[in-house]
Amino acid sequence: MAEAIAKSGAELKQKLSRDDVLMRGLIAVVGLYLLVTLVLPLYAMLSKSFKDHDGNFIGLANYIEYFSTPALSASIVNSLFIASITTFITLTLAFGLAYGLMRSNMPFKAFFKIVAMVPILVPSLLPGIALVYLFGRQGFMNWALFGHDIYGPIGIVIAEVFFTLPHALIILTTAFSISDARLYEAAQVLNASKFKIFWTVTLPGARYGVISAAFVVFTLAITDFGAPKVIGGDFNVLATDIYKQVIGQQNFEMGAVVSVVLLIPAALAFFVDRIVQKKQVALLTSRAVAYEPKPNKLFDHCMLAYAILFSVFILGMIAVCQYAALVKFYPYNLSLSLKNYNFDLMDGGGWAAYWNSLKMAGLTAVIGTCIIFVGAYVVEKVRGFTQGRMLFQFLAMLPMAVPGLVLGLAYIFFFNSPANPLNTLYHTMAILVISTITHFYTVSHLTATTALKQMDSEFEDVSASLKQPVFKMFRQVTVPVSMPAILDISIYLFVNAMTTVSAVVFLYGPDTNLASVAVLNMDDAGDIAPAAAMGMMIFYTAAGVKLLHYFSTLGLYKSTQRWRSKS
Amino acid sequence: MSINKASHYLVIENLTKRFGEFVALQDINLNINESEFVCFLGPSGCGKTTLLRAIAGLDLQSSGNIFQAGKDISVLPPSGRDFGIVFQSYALFPNLTVAKNVSYGLENAKIPKDQINKRVNELLEMVGLPEKANAYPANLSGGQQQRIALARALATSPSLLLLDEPLSALDAKVRVFLRHEIKQLQRKLGVTTIMVTHDQEEALTMADRIVVMKQGVIEQIGSPNEIYQQPKSVFVADFIGTMNFFEAQVMADNQIKIGELQFEHDSNIDTVVGERVTAAVRPEEFVISQQVESSEHKIEATIREIEFLGSLVRLRLSSKQMQAKSFIMNIEERMFRANALDEGDTISLSVITSPRLYPHD
Repeated sequence: MAEAIAKSGAELKQKLSRDDVLMRGLIAVVGLYLLVTLVLPLYAMLSKSFKDHDGNFIGLANYIEYFSTPALSASIVNSLFIASITTFITLTLAFGLAYGLMRSNMPFKAFFKIVAMVPILVPSLLPGIALVYLFGRQGFMNWALFGHDIYGPIGIVIAEVFFTLPHALIILTTAFSISDARLYEAAQVLNASKFKIFWTVTLPGARYGVISAAFVVFTLAITDFGAPKVIGGDFNVLATDIYKQVIGQQNFEMGAVVSVVLLIPAALAFFVDRIVQKKQVALLTSRAVAYEPKPNKLFDHCMLAYAILFSVFILGMIAVCQYAALVKFYPYNLSLSLKNYNFDLMDGGGWAAYWNSLKMAGLTAVIGTCIIFVGAYVVEKVRGFTQGRMLFQFLAMLPMAVPGLVLGLAYIFFFNSPANPLNTLYHTMAILVISTITHFYTVSHLTATTALKQMDSEFEDVSASLKQPVFKMFRQVTVPVSMPAILDISIYLFVNAMTTVSAVVFLYGPDTNLASVAVLNMDDAGDIAPAAAMGMMIFYTAAGVKLLHYFSTLGLYKSTQRWRSKS
Repeated sequence: MSINKASHYLVIENLTKRFGEFVALQDINLNINESEFVCFLGPSGCGKTTLLRAIAGLDLQSSGNIFQAGKDISVLPPSGRDFGIVFQSYALFPNLTVAKNVSYGLENAKIPKDQINKRVNELLEMVGLPEKANAYPANLSGGQQQRIALARALATSPSLLLLDEPLSALDAKVRVFLRHEIKQLQRKLGVTTIMVTHDQEEALTMADRIVVMKQGVIEQIGSPNEIYQQPKSVFVADFIGTMNFFEAQVMADNQIKIGELQFEHDSNIDTVVGERVTAAVRPEEFVISQQVESSEHKIEATIREIEFLGSLVRLRLSSKQMQAKSFIMNIEERMFRANALDEGDTISLSVITSPRLYPHD
């Protein structure tokens, strides 16, 4: 044994080629980016929560104050309550639609899939605004609440359900799509009833998807800020508390404490979900046969009816917002006009905010895609460097566990500190772009990694044997082959940069107001109709970009991806 | 030592590779001559691919040295070594045309374009696919992709060619055809070649020398003929071709007894009289003996099963005399018909070479 240890101590080390040095250097650069834009700010925030106003270390005093102030700590229960109810409702609704899409022969599946993705294209403030028009004190359907108030848990939950549905649906349809048809055939041969097949084949097959979706929805709902801000009324949740502490009371230390409290369930849900997802991989073998649903008139009609109801809910919310944006002065003058789009007449940043948002989203998409894809490539393909890679992978997964508001507040502490040479970034476009890239890093990184893993790992070996630089390989083969994934990442970043409120709400400056923040501020000031109009501007833009993406992908396959087809 | 390094093209010294606790290669020593075609042969997990990847620098060995053309390349990165490689997956770049794939290693500021084109045409001509220059890999058959991968690996005229199971993803017929093609090409170019394979037939037909490996160590190095005729261990004897094993006992210096029958043997191992050993006979080393001929080691055997293989017929036999429940002999189909054999028949056999002996384990 001692000899074995002595031997392994003398393990040979390979001389590094220029490419090895380059790739390790790039891992270090991107890793450093994540360190500066994520880890250090989080550390700054954490340490702030143990200090008083003057920066003296006071141990747990802030936490003790937090937990002994019922007005504050009650939000923990509120947040857990909202997130749990939302998770239950969203999962039930999304499960039904996913089941219909993947297991029935109902018509118009493509249409329903597109409709179900619509909530991704709007800020989470928008469903709140729609609810105000529907069920608010002067809402045209407020009789349906039987005297209950929409401002509060009811409103928040409905808005959160709207906001989280697409995320749950994506995960659940994927879970259903990997079910093996052979299991169903075996069950039918064994004369199992439909009900039994559902419980013994369908549900177990989708269970990891259900668990995963539950964690994702729970995290989104507990960390979301937009919905409770607009429709929460006096019902406090953790996310709105952070905002109130920081913006309302300028109590940054207490904001940091609430952030840490909010970070715990979000991080916990994230890590459990990662473990569950790792188990999912083994479910699908290469021999699995895709399931083809058989026609069943009654079932298909039921599923169609359900999908229509589902679409009415989603499109209805959007339609109400559009209506709100066009009505002159609800409820007194219902004639239509475009005056609410005259943003320059309101507080909140005006049209400049919209153009800022476009610019911010464009920069985030371009710069973010470059950083994230290059980072994923070097970490995936570098030779050796195991510890560096593991550290990088951890850093790349971390942003997912950090709620946007927490990230934004952490940026205040880190980038606004007079001691930080980077503090000139505060309030600039640059910090908005940086925070957004970091905030949405993980999903983009995973998309890139998945695409890169599908590529033959021996490409780099062949290239090295032919004495060609890895950069040439990257440019001539990796990027063209990964183009669909690269486009997916850039669209994901663009749409999220357009709709996000949470991190940027603490970071924008007088010259860098954003459309999504403008929605928030106009709604806050009581200008709900212009807020709806600005929200719709975001929707048009995101939808337009999605359409553009769709057609450019089609074109891409036709022209540059000719090699994919066998002919 | 230094003489070795000079006279052999590739010298591998005390090479060991560990993956954590697992020893994938243990103290490998191997010399390969210039222009030689060497096959690393063994079952999966024997370390043959690991050894190839160590030579390429793709997976660095834990300890030990590698010298190529007298130069110590032990710790050089792959790009610092002189070799071309073909993988089982071919690893053709899917978005580049065949011509672009082949020219990938040639594109270099120093070489003029028309010269590159000339070289690409030459290479495509060489692998017999000049008309496929503008096709994409997805439009080629497996065998064609394999040849393009070979052309790409040879484009830069490397002095060492590494082939990692290059034929195992192909249909049987294409495989036999390409075996011949690759061997011809290798002879013509004189490029030192190492091929990893688990297919003994491939190794026997293509290699100048075969390195048989098992669990991270070299079991035997030799020409195909040596490996087949004089396998050094039961493992090699069993792995290469078909072999019958019998329980035997040493009677005298050159005499053994299998069951009740006495045989002469080559004494290829040191034996002690009375020792139990394993005797090995190939199926084609049994012949049907004529009644008239009287031989002291004539074997009475009963045909249990007949398997028709085309030009050969395989008989599964049992013999009380040899205390063997089941062993195999091959006879030519012509002989089989001439003797009008059938299941249940008893035949009389003799052995044309003396059995190989291995220590009993």
